[in-house]
Amino acid sequence: MQKSYFALGCGFVVIVGLLIGLIIAGSVWSARGNLVEKQQAVKSAWGQVENVYQRRMDLIPNLVEVVKRYAAHESTVFTQVAEARAGAGRIQISPEALGNPELLAQYQKAQGELSSALTRLLAVSESYPELKANENFRDLQVQLEGTENRIAVERMRYNEVVQAYNTYRNKSMFAMLAGAIFGYDREKAYFKADEGAQKAPDVGKIFDD
Amino acid sequence: MRLGALAGLATIIITAVPAQALDVPPLTGRVVDLAGAMPDDRKAALSQRLANFEATDSTQVVVLTIPSLEGEPIESYSMRVAEAWKIGHQGSDNGVILLLAMQEREIRIEVGYGLEGRLPDITAGKIIRNDIVPRFKEGDYAGGIEQGVDGIVASVKGEYKGTGQPTGSLSNESPGAGLFIFAAFTLIFAAVGAAFKRILGGGIAAVAWLIGGFIFLGAASWLLILLLCPVLFGAGMLSPEILRAAASGSRVSSGRSYRSSGGFSSGGGFSSGGGGFSGGGGRFGGGGASGKW
Repeated sequence: MQKSYFALGCGFVVIVGLLIGLIIAGSVWSARGNLVEKQQAVKSAWGQVENVYQRRMDLIPNLVEVVKRYAAHESTVFTQVAEARAGAGRIQISPEALGNPELLAQYQKAQGELSSALTRLLAVSESYPELKANENFRDLQVQLEGTENRIAVERMRYNEVVQAYNTYRNKSMFAMLAGAIFGYDREKAYFKADEGAQKAPDVGKIFDD
Repeated sequence: MRLGALAGLATIIITAVPAQALDVPPLTGRVVDLAGAMPDDRKAALSQRLANFEATDSTQVVVLTIPSLEGEPIESYSMRVAEAWKIGHQGSDNGVILLLAMQEREIRIEVGYGLEGRLPDITAGKIIRNDIVPRFKEGDYAGGIEQGVDGIVASVKGEYKGTGQPTGSLSNESPGAGLFIFAAFTLIFAAVGAAFKRILGGGIAAVAWLIGGFIFLGAASWLLILLLCPVLFGAGMLSPEILRAAASGSRVSSGRSYRSSGGFSSGGGFSSGGGGFSGGGGRFGGGGASGKW
């Protein structure tokens, strides 16, 4: 009898151990699935951010060309825009590197410099009424305005999914475990509010009468 | 360090949701004229035209006039409206919102993702500059709105024809993990039970089964809850998506079917008549143009 009670006890310990192990394993596995999903959301949101920034890059040559036609001697501004555009083009972030806040800060800084260069470029038009009235220039300016707005939207959405990821990754015990085991970033980097600018330069307002 | 503090502050600013004074109004129809810019008969005619346009083209166009933006930039308010109303159909994202803020004298045409090709920013800007603003400057708001809608309809026409009703999608999470664990438990218990039966004989094994069964049931239900929780909440239980899935195929009938609590339905069933109206899950990416008069 003694022996069988011992066996029974051992059996239960084994069962309970197995159960707990399985439950933990299952929970960690399910947390990993959620992490995959949330990380995917961050990556695709980042893809959108890159798209809209690229869209702005693509607009610049046409814009510069039109402005040059009317204000050829404003060479400083053109140089600034060209340099800022090249600088912004140099920094690319692969979706895998989004856990690196310094990289994102660099990216944001480069794009921010391009923003201010573009603001100066548009400010030039103030002194050239013919340029200001040019239909082509107006269209480009509307496109740039739309692109800036898209950038703001996609950045906001990116930050939202990053927040969802970060919260989940650091909130749930199982997610922390899964993150550590399967190597998920502790935090994805946020876009910070632009220094010195509460909102994107409103290029459209230049034309308000 | 100062830099660190600055970064911290920036993070706080970004993460904190700014208090928004201006609420997104409920979607009570295709023309939501809170500023009273249009006489009722022309409003009804415009609504009917927009309903017909959706019936033939599936594109949803909605007009919203508000008395004031209360200091918020029109682009950001417009985006909040777009995200709440979800104008346009899921998948094709073919919605357009024409927004007027009377006090600020600002106009915005917000264009859904799916129409950015047919109604690019340039065109939206031209509609504002050439069709709307001249009439608004004369004080002819109804005429300006109608002209603006004409421009939007003309440029959109032909795209996204007959995509039909949106289909609701439930959660993507598969029940695979749960089933696997369930199967694993069953197998283990069968094996352990068989071993006990051999060692101890029938009586004690039965007791072991009983106790084991309780543990198993407890664990299983706990696991079930654990697994179901993200599924249920992920799918947004009790959200319009579920309701849509439940009601897919059934049209919203003539009665006013706006849900009052928590706003308004943004799910599927859209009616072609003059009854209930809701967005179909269209997404917006900030496309369109803004202007002033």
